[in-house]
Amino acid sequence: MEPVRIDARGLHYTPLNQQIRRAVSEGATEISVDNVLGQRFIADGLKGEVTIRINGVPGGDLGMFMNGPTCIVKGNCDHAPGNTMDNGKIVIHGSAGDAVAHSMRGGKVFVRDDIGYRGGIHMKEYGEEHKPILVVGDNACSFLGEYMAGGIIIVLSKSGNTFGGRGVGSGIHGGEIILRGKLKERQLGVGARITEFTEEDLEKINPYIEEFCEYFEIDPEKYLDTKYTKVVASSSRPFAGKYVWE
Amino acid sequence: MCGIIGVIDRQKQKMNGSGIKEALSLMNERGSGEGAGYAAYGIYPDFEDCYALHIFFDNLVEPKSKVDDIIQKWGRVVHQEEIPTKEQTNLKRSHVPWRYFFKPYTDLMTGSLTPGEDIVKRLVMEINSSTIEGALVFSSGKNMGVFKAAGWPEDVANFYKIEEYEGYIWLAHNRYPTNTPGWWGGAHPFNLLDWSVVHNGEITSYGTNQRYVESNGYQCTMYTDTEVVAYLFDLLGRHHKLPSEIIVKAMAPPFWDEIDEMEEKERELNKAIRLTYGPALMNGPFAIVVATHDGIVGFTDRIKLRPLVVGEHGSRLYISSEEAAIRTMDPQVEDIHMPGAGEPVIGRVVT
Amino acid sequence: MSLGSVPLKYRIQIDRQQCMQCMRCVDNCSYGVFREEDDGNILIDSRKCTACHRCISMCPRDAINLSERPVDYRSHPLWTPEAREDVINQSRSGRIVLAGMGNAKDYPIIYDRLVLDACQVTNPSIDPLREPMELRTYLGQKPSKLDIRKQENGEIELNTKLSPNLELQTPIMIGHMSYGAISLNAQLSLAKAAAKTDTYMGTGEGGLHKDIYPYQDNMIVQVASGRFGVDINYLERGAAIEIKIGQGAKPGIGGHLPGEKVCTDVSCTRMIPAGSDAISPAPHHDIYSIEDLAQLVRGLKEATEWKKPVFVKIAAVHNVAAVAAGIARSSADAVVIDGFRGGTGASPKVFRDNVGIPIEAAIASVDQKLNDQGIRNKVSVIASGGIRNSADVAKSIALGADAVYIGTAALISMGCRVCGNCYRGLCPWGIATQREDLVSRLDPEVESEHVANLINSWTLELSELMGAAGINSIESLRGNRSRLRGYMLDEGTLDVLQVKPVGA
Repeated sequence: MEPVRIDARGLHYTPLNQQIRRAVSEGATEISVDNVLGQRFIADGLKGEVTIRINGVPGGDLGMFMNGPTCIVKGNCDHAPGNTMDNGKIVIHGSAGDAVAHSMRGGKVFVRDDIGYRGGIHMKEYGEEHKPILVVGDNACSFLGEYMAGGIIIVLSKSGNTFGGRGVGSGIHGGEIILRGKLKERQLGVGARITEFTEEDLEKINPYIEEFCEYFEIDPEKYLDTKYTKVVASSSRPFAGKYVWE
Repeated sequence: MCGIIGVIDRQKQKMNGSGIKEALSLMNERGSGEGAGYAAYGIYPDFEDCYALHIFFDNLVEPKSKVDDIIQKWGRVVHQEEIPTKEQTNLKRSHVPWRYFFKPYTDLMTGSLTPGEDIVKRLVMEINSSTIEGALVFSSGKNMGVFKAAGWPEDVANFYKIEEYEGYIWLAHNRYPTNTPGWWGGAHPFNLLDWSVVHNGEITSYGTNQRYVESNGYQCTMYTDTEVVAYLFDLLGRHHKLPSEIIVKAMAPPFWDEIDEMEEKERELNKAIRLTYGPALMNGPFAIVVATHDGIVGFTDRIKLRPLVVGEHGSRLYISSEEAAIRTMDPQVEDIHMPGAGEPVIGRVVT
Repeated sequence: MSLGSVPLKYRIQIDRQQCMQCMRCVDNCSYGVFREEDDGNILIDSRKCTACHRCISMCPRDAINLSERPVDYRSHPLWTPEAREDVINQSRSGRIVLAGMGNAKDYPIIYDRLVLDACQVTNPSIDPLREPMELRTYLGQKPSKLDIRKQENGEIELNTKLSPNLELQTPIMIGHMSYGAISLNAQLSLAKAAAKTDTYMGTGEGGLHKDIYPYQDNMIVQVASGRFGVDINYLERGAAIEIKIGQGAKPGIGGHLPGEKVCTDVSCTRMIPAGSDAISPAPHHDIYSIEDLAQLVRGLKEATEWKKPVFVKIAAVHNVAAVAAGIARSSADAVVIDGFRGGTGASPKVFRDNVGIPIEAAIASVDQKLNDQGIRNKVSVIASGGIRNSADVAKSIALGADAVYIGTAALISMGCRVCGNCYRGLCPWGIATQREDLVSRLDPEVESEHVANLINSWTLELSELMGAAGINSIESLRGNRSRLRGYMLDEGTLDVLQVKPVGA
């Protein structure tokens, strides 16, 4: 089927999503949405195998509850792209706001540049198939991977800044946060610990780095070494010692 | 939830209100149609030495004559008129918005370094603290004005014919109220003298902040947390003469563990700020933009629970809840970025 | 017992089938309730029992049972058994009735009629284990404003100097209980706990024993009307100095430590003759007016080169707010208000139960008065007297306190069961006694851990309460009465507390 083009200028998100859904149900596999400006919830709850190219600056919660599609954004995203996403991909040619990939339990989010606070908050994995991946090209902010319960967050710091925030992996009880460069102990959140980044780890994240670099036409070579810091949970039961019976 | 946007042209080139109206309307998802407002600086060049008092009157009989009496005791009214409005189908006219251009008799306020401001502040507190039923001062700065009402942003803008005003600083706010829905006084911006504030969020430390400003001669009368921000800026900025980045530090200071890591001089400064201005610390989620005649400052709470985006284009600096709103006003905007928690973004007039 | 006695207060019974005659009860009871007979039987004299629970806690078989007031009087709403017994007691003795621990009258408890707030939707609650939660508290004078200038080169210059402040990692401190009133092991346990939890404790008016020196950085040394143990070294050792004007359990009167408790060690520490009564006069005889207080504050500061904060402690009496405002002007750094439920080793019952006002109302009115006068920054407000749990701490701070002192709660964590017989010097828990065999029952290593646990768990609960209210720094809870509501409080009290009723 021919690629479908939708002009989103002045369009509210509900009719926009209706157009997208209709196209998908009619068998479209390639959809372009132009002149996007602030529309929230694009591809919210959308199922199927379709690639949606979003040109402009979408509003918050892009790809929320999404299960399957790929969204490629040419522009920045607002808060929480990939919120509670099950499966699919979001590729952002730009930066994104706070709480990127909030509660994502499957699929991948690739952000070329920066993300805001609480990236990957409460990302979680289960079973064999649900393992969410968030790759950030440049900077992330404080409380990265807060409450994380699975999946992998990778921050590549491509412009060479090391991570400057605090509270990394605060309350983490599963999954891995992998940061380019060094991290100080005091930047860790409660319940998180730094562990050695090994060759096996590199092997594990290698495909995600390559995929990231392919999308953004970056040479992956300089990221394929072990100059990372890996942050994991110090316990899968962070609150176990908190209470006493009456 | 609320949506906010502020813009300054640092060269003082003026913008009319049409752009910000559109930008604000783009964020309608963040509002509920129960409050919107605009503040603009540089709009009254013909009366630039006068305090422009914008007042909501319930009627022009009793409340107005009482206000006339008290104002005329403290100064001279150079000009007064009803603020021009145009009826909107979706906006219920609850008050008569009126404006006075007022020059205080500065010799009446003895022992003050800023007698004009102190007289105007006193009038605002007196009229608003319900001594005069049916009158509410909602704007009191020089060569600036706030225009607000209960309604959607475009209706409020059209009601006040906002496109006809030309200002070099604009603030605007799209309200989703929880405390005082439908009340015109509860819409933002909140203003006192030169200070105007738009705010997204809720201040959990309100009781503490309120007690602090009340201890320093302010009265909180708007039943909402935002007005306290205007008073804190007036207290810390005008009375204590703190630079705006220090005011922001007082309201959203670094954490103690961060202070402990600082170099000695910086540590002492930050410790002094936290000890002295502990009651001015604002807790809870917020993103705020504050304006005065010579600049704007935007900042968020210490753990960044509310969004704030900054963009620049030539002499213009934009601060908003959403990038899309900035792009609506200025599609060519550059350098879009998100400031860190508690980090002040300052745009100052270049003179 | 003798003929003509009043009925016994407590009855102790032993379940003879359970009892294994290990004699721990006999060994542990310092009041002589149990006696081992020749045939190995245990004889009970219930009349000597104080309900201290030492025997019960030491019985390996849970064989001991205690019942209070096993004998009924004819019921009467006015002439309670207690009223009748006090009359009988005084008619026989002609003396003032002495009592221990805090106010035992059934007044309504304001804390229990205040409820705290939490966030829903309009702002997020904060998980204190996950995001920063700041309980760090500074006690002392704060400037009313800072003189900060921005220089040409953009550098920020601070031209205001801060007064010395105490830095606490939790707003919970341990109140003043002197060596003499309590044992050295008890004081040592408290001191170790204060150091472990990065907070402070008071010495009481008993001097500073050399065994406490290692913890002197966590000690607030008290200067009271008897000036016991006070010399320049004592003042220099303390992290802060506290002038005691009065205490909640006995406002307006002094105290005395009976000569029997003044052993050699106590006499050395207090710098008084051994075996004599240690008498603390009701007033300081160099303070007959508010300006004299300022003199003493400055005298202490001058002696310690203005390096230490000086606190002033008063009992919460009717005009506590005005008194506190006077203290705030005296160059004192904190005012300590002790409510009418404050504990004590010994107090005339008539004072303990009838003089003073509740701490909740005192905090609110002091904070309000200081705020109205624009001098709230001049002093910190420390509240004490009847604080039982972290909720009481949170409510105290929301009413306007900077920090609290706990006393009875800390003693309970070391074993005390609030039997109220502290003045007899026979405390079987080794707390309110100087008898060596009893003191040695208290292991400072173990008990300091218990006290520290208590402070830590309250601190944890406090941060949870703050987080739920969307507050991540203690200064935003302080005086934040909009986060309190009164439940079944009368309008007058609500007005004093400046708290709205529930639902409003």
